Amino acid sequence: MFEYAWLMLAFPALGTLIIALFGTRLGKRVVGVLAPAMVALSFGVAVWLFVTLLGLPAEERSHEVTLWQWMATGSFKVDVALLIDQLSITMALVVTGVGFLIHVYSVGYMHDDARFPRFFAFLNFFILMMLTLVLANNYLLLYVGWEGVGLASYLLIGFWFEKPSAADAGKKAFLVNRIGDFGLALAIMFIWTGLGSLQFTQVFSRAPEVWGAGNATVKIVTMLLLLAATGKSAQLPLYVWLPDAMEGPTPVSALIHAATMVTAGVYMTARSAVLFGLAPTSAMWVAVIGAVTALYAASIALTQVDLKRILAYSTISQLGYMFLAVGVGAYASGIFHLATHAFFKALLFLAAGSVMHGLHGELDIRKMGNLRAKMPTTYWTFLVGAAALAGIPLLSGFFSKDEILWYAWQKSPVLWLIGLTTAALTAIYSFRAVFVPFWGQERDKKLHHHAHESPKAMTVPLVILAIGAALAGYIGLPRLSLIEHWLEPVFHGSETAAAVAGSAEAAATAAHSPIEWVLLGVSALVALGGAYLAYRAYVVNTDWPKRVRESLGWFARLVENKYYVDEAYTAIIVQPLKDIAGWFARTVDQRGIDGAVNGVASVTGWVGAQARKLQTGLVGLYALSILFGAVALLAWLVVR
Amino acid sequence: MNPLNIPLLSIITFLPIAGALVLLLLPGAKLQKWWALLVSLVTFAISCLLWVWWRAGEAGMQFVERFDWVPQFKIQYFLGVDGLSLLLVLLTTLLTVLVLLFSWEGIEKRLKSYLFLMLLLEGGMIGVFLALDLVLFYVFWELTLIPMYFLIGVWGGPRRIYAALKFFLYTLTGSALMLVGIIVLYFQGGTFDLLALQKLNLAPNLQLWLFLAFGLAFAIKVPLFPFHTWLPDAHVEAPTGGSVILAGVLLKMGTYGFVRFCLPLFPQASKTLVPWIATLALIGIIYGALVALAQKDLKSLVAYSSVAHLGFVMLGVFALSAQGIAGATLQMINHGLSTGALFLMVGMLYNRRHTRLLADFGGLWKQIPIYGFLFLIVAMSSAGLPGLNGFVGEFNILLAAFQANKVFAVFGTFGIILAAWYLLRAVREMLHGPLTKPENAAIPDLKVREVLTLAPLVILFFVIGLFPNLFFDKINPSAQAVVDALNRQNPAVSIVVDK
Repeated sequence: MFEYAWLMLAFPALGTLIIALFGTRLGKRVVGVLAPAMVALSFGVAVWLFVTLLGLPAEERSHEVTLWQWMATGSFKVDVALLIDQLSITMALVVTGVGFLIHVYSVGYMHDDARFPRFFAFLNFFILMMLTLVLANNYLLLYVGWEGVGLASYLLIGFWFEKPSAADAGKKAFLVNRIGDFGLALAIMFIWTGLGSLQFTQVFSRAPEVWGAGNATVKIVTMLLLLAATGKSAQLPLYVWLPDAMEGPTPVSALIHAATMVTAGVYMTARSAVLFGLAPTSAMWVAVIGAVTALYAASIALTQVDLKRILAYSTISQLGYMFLAVGVGAYASGIFHLATHAFFKALLFLAAGSVMHGLHGELDIRKMGNLRAKMPTTYWTFLVGAAALAGIPLLSGFFSKDEILWYAWQKSPVLWLIGLTTAALTAIYSFRAVFVPFWGQERDKKLHHHAHESPKAMTVPLVILAIGAALAGYIGLPRLSLIEHWLEPVFHGSETAAAVAGSAEAAATAAHSPIEWVLLGVSALVALGGAYLAYRAYVVNTDWPKRVRESLGWFARLVENKYYVDEAYTAIIVQPLKDIAGWFARTVDQRGIDGAVNGVASVTGWVGAQARKLQTGLVGLYALSILFGAVALLAWLVVR
Repeated sequence: MNPLNIPLLSIITFLPIAGALVLLLLPGAKLQKWWALLVSLVTFAISCLLWVWWRAGEAGMQFVERFDWVPQFKIQYFLGVDGLSLLLVLLTTLLTVLVLLFSWEGIEKRLKSYLFLMLLLEGGMIGVFLALDLVLFYVFWELTLIPMYFLIGVWGGPRRIYAALKFFLYTLTGSALMLVGIIVLYFQGGTFDLLALQKLNLAPNLQLWLFLAFGLAFAIKVPLFPFHTWLPDAHVEAPTGGSVILAGVLLKMGTYGFVRFCLPLFPQASKTLVPWIATLALIGIIYGALVALAQKDLKSLVAYSSVAHLGFVMLGVFALSAQGIAGATLQMINHGLSTGALFLMVGMLYNRRHTRLLADFGGLWKQIPIYGFLFLIVAMSSAGLPGLNGFVGEFNILLAAFQANKVFAVFGTFGIILAAWYLLRAVREMLHGPLTKPENAAIPDLKVREVLTLAPLVILFFVIGLFPNLFFDKINPSAQAVVDALNRQNPAVSIVVDK
């Protein structure tokens, strides 16, 4: 039955094709059914394969399906082939499951948009590419999905392309991602040259033998993969595209820029666990980048006033946790957090979209207030999402985040401390996003007057996601950890590799100890304390934040302006390149090279003009010249 | 396999030329257009027989035709096609059809001469790709020069005379040296037969000089940095049809020349010059992309993108490996398809607005959605998006370059980032943003004829991107043969000729 795995790709592909070609003729009603149906069918296949895998013994849960040979030149060969295993099917379930709910939500959200069919063609295309990314059995096909989701993201961020800011944001997302893709492309070249294959199973079985631990090539490869991952998963230093990506329609932010696409870097790093196991320094870099990004983005999230941007920075911060997890070798925990995050962040974005819908596009939380009275479903679901994000005990985010902190502690208490500080900030900004818009007094009377709850197509997915956000954590309860056991065989190789590398403690096999429970308690306290602090600051004592801000002085301004990173990139990289380009085009090319060419032409012309003067028409002069010439020639022959 | 035993190659070469001559006798614009289109369609259909009757897995020449032409000088009429030239011939016959379809409207003056020159040009280009005798090759090479000169000089833009003359002089300078090289080779080997000459063992020094003589002609055509400045002028001034053929096919005569002549004839010189040529190719990739980024005119943006793309092809060729040459050969086709499509689309827009300045557009996607959608696909193909055609060529080239020297691959891959930048900039300024200019608010979307012109190209983007082995199967054996010729230790190793 694994040979039918391609159906997962075929349904969204068909959807894209039909809607792209005939969407406007089919009309909104048909498209609104067709597009979600295609994703639902894909989800059905994924569930079916998942159940099949569950029925097999753990060591038989990895299957490869070759569809056709893609290209063969010289000795290079690569197939279009799928890998169905615990990791890929988990990802496929998240992608199609959350993707389906967001499709349904979008039918309501985009109902009045003139380009309704185009939106769903793009959404289906995104699902197709994301599934290609997670199901590929080799790095090159993964690369197709990798850039494909980038294109989908570009198209959807810039969906309202009349807005210059949206068009610019789309372009920025694509280009920043291409810098990451540069790393992936080069890594692929290193891998093929070193190991003679791009197929995951081959690469991971050959790498320990051919490269061994601490080998220079494997260090380069993993650092290049890390560069690629920082692009797609919006980590330092390539995160800058994600906040701007909020220009896209809100379901897009939920689907692509929170729940699925941005997790591609985490997935790819986890998939390459064996390689990172062989290169402990690179793995450490992954962890450090993750931890620093988590803290950095959380600090910015605390200062934003645009509801979607708060969520955007929160996403960057949460992705940082996932990086921290895979960096310390806790791959299963990283994927676990990826799955719970997909639920609660999709929920938060869709709830934010519902707020936007009710407030005619307003996103500034300073203008909102007391919305819980007008939008109860949105409020309650948002609250669940925020609580899960904040890591309030017994909700999904609590379990997955705690597990990451526990593994970080084992690797380095410093990483743990950064993670814990981030957790405190997370709790504060999450509840700030609850209290400011939904509690207190209505700040803009007119806006509040028109506010209304969203239609069923939007609220039903919210409720389903809220249930998921509340309960998804129970697949990974401490000590029971179903998801860890499920994924363990996939990452088994990396533990062996890490053992070879002499860093066995890096692998996620450390013994459980009483400290785990202590740390669990500390995380719980931090989350609850953060929430309480937010309550004091944003409900009870609302001039606190102002005073804190004033006392921080320049630092507050620095954070509010997002550390001026965008400005720095423009000044240091973008503008100089543009200047060089302009100088090449106008000076080097036109005056330098073309000037030289035209110079040669004028010299030739001048010589020709001089030569013409010789042709005087005086036969006597010609005869004389011939005589002199002949004499000179003779003289030369004699003397020689 | 040639079940009918007909001289297919001669038919493909001379049918357009004969058709061009008949055209001169035909009255009326409508009849002339239909006739030219018919001739090109039949030529394309016949050229497809080469694909159908192809003997798979063979490296040598197929459909060979050979007899004495000028016996006194051992000049032969010698045609043949292998994996390196097959796809270029098909590209030529396809693009000619599309260009004639495009030119259905918009050529206001001297339509008959325009069509005549197009068909003549087609015959010349096919001859270049099929000729295996150096003199015959030279004749066809020069034959392509004249129609293109007139196409630019008569139907071109305001600076057409300057551009046409520059194109002519530049190319002629190169080919004059090539002629000297051909004569020297004749005195060395006593023949103009390319396949026989490949068995010569020339002294390394002589190889170097001959390589440079041939190589300059080819480098100008490619164009390799810094011989490229004729190209933007020629493209900007040329009529759309001329640009499509120029970028789509004529430039490939240069890269094809390197693969067909320089590598097998002068193997040692080729190896010696790798660092130099690869460096120029890489400069072309990055410099071309940056200059494209700074262009204000959409057409010169596309023209400079050709400098960058052909840099990739040269990089692949001078990786001197089977993968590099196969990738480069496919990339020649890819560039012909993508850049051909880009020029067609620039022309379609120009026909509507009579301007090509990016600043004159903005927000067009709202007004002309089909155009916008197709432009985006074409831009993505040109930017090397995986899953489409350009990626397959570029990736194989870069991987091959990586084997030769990692630094080549690093710079080449960097060029891919820039490619996305200048193409998305064009999309941003042309299609995105608000529709502010009133002149743009009334332009019509693509007509059926225009969609039909672009459709074959777009379909091929996907076919090549997803099933490149259909093409590599034909290219690979011949690419391997070039590598074998490069590495031959003694003259006994020869290429099998089908009699």
